[in-house]
Amino acid sequence: MIRRLLASPAGAGGLGALLLERVRRRFLRSPQMRGYALLSPTLFVMLLFLVVPLGILFTLSFWKQDGLFFAPAFSIDNYVAFFGRIIYSKLLATSIGTSLCVATATVLLAYPMAYCLAFRIKRAKIMWLILITVPFWTSFLLRVFAWKITLGYQGVINSGLMTIGLISEPLQFLLYNRFSLVVTLTHAWAAFAILPIYVSLEKIDRSLLEAATDLGDGPVARFFGVTLPLSMPGVIAAFLFVFIPTVGDYVTPRLVGGTGGIMIGNIIQTMFGRGNNWPMGAALAVISMTTITLLVIVTLWFIRKMRQR
Amino acid sequence: MEQTKRIDGLIVYGVIYLGFLYLPILLIPLFSFNDSIYIAFPLKGFTLQWYEAMIAQDALVRSLMNSLKVASAVAVISTIFGTLAAKAVTGYNLRGKAPVVAFIMIPFVIPGIILGISLLVLINRLGVTPSLLTVGLGHIMIAIPFSMMVMISRLEGLDRDLEEASMDLGEGVWSTFWRVTFPLALPGIVASLLLTFTLSFDEFLIAFFLTGKEATLPIFIFSQLRLSQKLPNVLALGSCILAASTVVIAAAEYIRRRNLRSDRQSGLGV
Repeated sequence: MIRRLLASPAGAGGLGALLLERVRRRFLRSPQMRGYALLSPTLFVMLLFLVVPLGILFTLSFWKQDGLFFAPAFSIDNYVAFFGRIIYSKLLATSIGTSLCVATATVLLAYPMAYCLAFRIKRAKIMWLILITVPFWTSFLLRVFAWKITLGYQGVINSGLMTIGLISEPLQFLLYNRFSLVVTLTHAWAAFAILPIYVSLEKIDRSLLEAATDLGDGPVARFFGVTLPLSMPGVIAAFLFVFIPTVGDYVTPRLVGGTGGIMIGNIIQTMFGRGNNWPMGAALAVISMTTITLLVIVTLWFIRKMRQR
Repeated sequence: MEQTKRIDGLIVYGVIYLGFLYLPILLIPLFSFNDSIYIAFPLKGFTLQWYEAMIAQDALVRSLMNSLKVASAVAVISTIFGTLAAKAVTGYNLRGKAPVVAFIMIPFVIPGIILGISLLVLINRLGVTPSLLTVGLGHIMIAIPFSMMVMISRLEGLDRDLEEASMDLGEGVWSTFWRVTFPLALPGIVASLLLTFTLSFDEFLIAFFLTGKEATLPIFIFSQLRLSQKLPNVLALGSCILAASTVVIAAAEYIRRRNLRSDRQSGLGV
């Protein structure tokens, strides 16, 4: 059928059609071209909905808001404003700090779970993997909402503790601060940390572990000498998978963070919403993204240096 | 003796960890049946009134329909694109494969809010009004990398040998595709459809920036969260969503992992 289709333009005559036919044949014969033809719809989507928008966002960050419209003149005022007002950089720093806390806590809690999955659980492993994955796929919004009702002033924990008589006044520190933010996010991103660590642990050649034992390593020495170093790629991936998206989170600070738990994402949203200063919002987004990327690159470079030693 | 103790310790940790994952979420269905406007202990008694109130909300039903429409379209389109891309990556020795794959995976490492505002800026510059269509297009972009990952892990290894065998035995390109490639890829395709559907169905941030007059379900839920007298309705709605997505996701994961294992046992998947 393909042959017939291909043959028809040539049959219709004309030099152009003949050329087209030749190009098509060439195209179908080359695996490289066929491969890229299969990739082209995806690459097109990524170009149009990822690269172009980010490019426009970058351009917009050099413009200015003029009432309802933009003044498309190149100016670095937005960036000057960022460095001029300490509140922005401070907010970015606290956002990054919060995300570092979240990523550290998530990885520390996830590691023993992943280790348990890889080395201890023999039967029903699929069940465990599914149990861990399912909450991650259920609505992020609902998971955050669940923590809001858990930690609230008249929420589940406070009312529960009061019912059994452990406390007489609701605990104040549970909701609307950085603590609630970290707890909620650690819960929300758990699966993203467990899976990469689990995969890297699963890949470890078991004979290496036996060799370490035969050479006289105890369980602790074996863990720090063999298992942990070999699982580091998974740990790093897990850390980044949690760290990067949480820096820009908007929903969680909005629902459980309160005034003390505002993050840079909230300010960016405000600029595009009530603040009505899109160019400033774009500049904040560009600065945040650049900072995160630089941080990640420097960290990876540093880790690589350390490992070469 | 010491050995058994340590094993127990880790398993116990695993069980506690699962408790940490599930307890907060299970509070949603628990309190959705509680006969009180306050979400607090002690429980007051069993009721279905929040479910009745939920069904009576027209805006809710409309946003549910909107989300179903968007998510179905996103699932089909992103799975087609993701499958083609995964086929390209696994089936051909592409030059520049690693950077191309890394490029497609970029949405994984960009905060959702930045994807959201950049798409908002794009449609603003193009003069397009925000609508369910723009939400869907944004969702397709973030769903393709997921679909591609699922399909790559499915197609890897079992791809070329069987296809070559089929071609050597005289089958054409199309019949090889329909009789060899497609059946082998099918579990991956089903898993990808289910995962991308749920991804779009639950997605909030991008929809938050790109939605027009017609809201999707997460946008509707978010609007309800501000009104404390509406919270019990959200509990009822949340329970239904949790139940539905749990079934869908567990099915998707089961299909994907079971097939990975059975192929490994029969020596198909390497």
